[in-house]
Amino acid sequence: MNVALRSEYRKFVTTRLWWVLLLVMAAYMAFIGIFLGWSIGAGTAGLAVEGSSPGADLASPDSVRSSVYGTAAAFGYVFPVIIGALSMTGEYRHQTITPTFLASPSRTRVLVAKMIAALPIGVVYGAVATLATVGGGAAGLALGGSATLLGDTQTWTLVARSVLALTVWAPLGVALGSILTNQVLAIIVILVYTQFLEAVLRLGLTQVGDVGASIASYLPGAAGEAITGGSVFSSAGIADVLPWGAGLAVLAGYALVLAAVGSLTTLRRDVS
Amino acid sequence: MTSDDAVRSHRPAKPADSRPAGPALAPGTVSVRGLTKTFGAVTAVDDLSFDVLPGRVTGFLGPNGAGKTTTLRMLLGLATPTSGTATISGRAYADIPDPLREVGAALEATSFHPGRTGLDHLRTYAPYAGADDTRCHQLLEQVGLGAAGRRRVGGYSLGMRQRLALATTLLGSPRVLLLDEPSNGLDPEGIRWLRGFLRHLAAQGMTVLVSSHMLSEVQQSVDDVVIIAGGRLVHASSMAELSALASPRVAVTSPDGPALDRLAAEHRWHVSSRSADGTTLEVDHVSTAQVGAAAFAAEVELHGLLDKTDSLEDLFLRLVQPTTSGAAA
Repeated sequence: MNVALRSEYRKFVTTRLWWVLLLVMAAYMAFIGIFLGWSIGAGTAGLAVEGSSPGADLASPDSVRSSVYGTAAAFGYVFPVIIGALSMTGEYRHQTITPTFLASPSRTRVLVAKMIAALPIGVVYGAVATLATVGGGAAGLALGGSATLLGDTQTWTLVARSVLALTVWAPLGVALGSILTNQVLAIIVILVYTQFLEAVLRLGLTQVGDVGASIASYLPGAAGEAITGGSVFSSAGIADVLPWGAGLAVLAGYALVLAAVGSLTTLRRDVS
Repeated sequence: MTSDDAVRSHRPAKPADSRPAGPALAPGTVSVRGLTKTFGAVTAVDDLSFDVLPGRVTGFLGPNGAGKTTTLRMLLGLATPTSGTATISGRAYADIPDPLREVGAALEATSFHPGRTGLDHLRTYAPYAGADDTRCHQLLEQVGLGAAGRRRVGGYSLGMRQRLALATTLLGSPRVLLLDEPSNGLDPEGIRWLRGFLRHLAAQGMTVLVSSHMLSEVQQSVDDVVIIAGGRLVHASSMAELSALASPRVAVTSPDGPALDRLAAEHRWHVSSRSADGTTLEVDHVSTAQVGAAAFAAEVELHGLLDKTDSLEDLFLRLVQPTTSGAAA
């Protein structure tokens, strides 16, 4: 396993993809942070002055914290998923899967090594995404005339959990890539699900009632959000979230189930 | 020649034979037995059996679509045989503990990430082969890519990719080398270099299998040939035995057909075909000089005397043609 890990780590760092995607993500998350920080900051500043009950909830530090700083995990998770998935699909796309399976005839070993090697990549992506969001968000809140909450312990707890959530998404992406080995298809599925389908499902399920709402809280995006303790979705009352430990277990469970499916189906096929 | 004949005649013991004696499965022997692969209704590889021996360069030949790559993929555990076995040193590829230290294989010259440098490509697989960075540099030098190692593979020519693929196969100092069409994209100088390089490796005791769709491409550099067509074995022997199959053949024409027949009977010539009017015979295993001299001595008037000896390429094409392959024996 050691040699497989070293090989997979080298694969990650010897192409430009990882840092190009990292830069794109940092810019994107900083932008979202500034935008949300500014709009929520300006909005709540006004509400706080009014002091009326409907705004009080949205203006609470917890709500602002998860709405602005929790965005890294809520919106940014698409990036670790993509970098993870590409580590698998890229091998099929460039046919390097052939020398890879020649070096390690155990394909499950390759998958496990890729998932483990994706963890440090996930930490880096998680840290950069979270810090970019917090940096942008704090600047936005300040611009909007609101408190940045950077002095609060809770804020830094959220930051740590956000990094944790994003870290788990990277091996989950690898596992997904082991099922959808077609790179273009994998990227489309990831974008459609993370940017659209999950939100629609959560909204729809929440309308169905309590059962629907609790099913929604087990969706992968919701589980990821639960790790950080909620985001703009849950703050807006769109969805409930699980306790953070349960969220972590659910998200890791998704990764393991996807890996098992990939290992038993796609990875068993002939390589051509 | 049927495939069964070919299998049996594959390794006849001959005094002049330079092949090492010993057990059939000496370390490094590649052994294929009854290997079959079907894709739906299509049988890509059909009950294929042959051996590839260490210390020799073996040409694995057949036209495009003959099943060469499919056979190699099954040998390497990348595809699952429908039936039959393919082993290296007596073990299936997947059962070899550190396969890169036993077998070096290159299936296509496109198995590279274009954004990775040649050196990084080697370094990516080096951990599996127990190779350090020094070894990677050495190999790049050895295949003539020393200066290009720090450039991205996306900018490599096909010939350079072939060289990098070859370097990758050598990472673990394997005993067995399996190369699919390794001279594709190499310039004449590169092909010559590759021949010398493979000969050198075989001389050190390595098993070297090189696939090609052209006999002419490998005939100067291989010791043995395994020829397949339509997924079936059509011939397996040493190169010398294959050449011997291209025995002399003569077409002789005379206005006096019966005189030709008498001549052939007298000299016990092997007449392989005879024109409808009996004026032209095709005679195997004799030269134009022999036929000419015999006709002159018997005072038979000749209007034509043609050397119809197969070139190796003709022989190869005759072997792999589905309709006529049975006539080779």
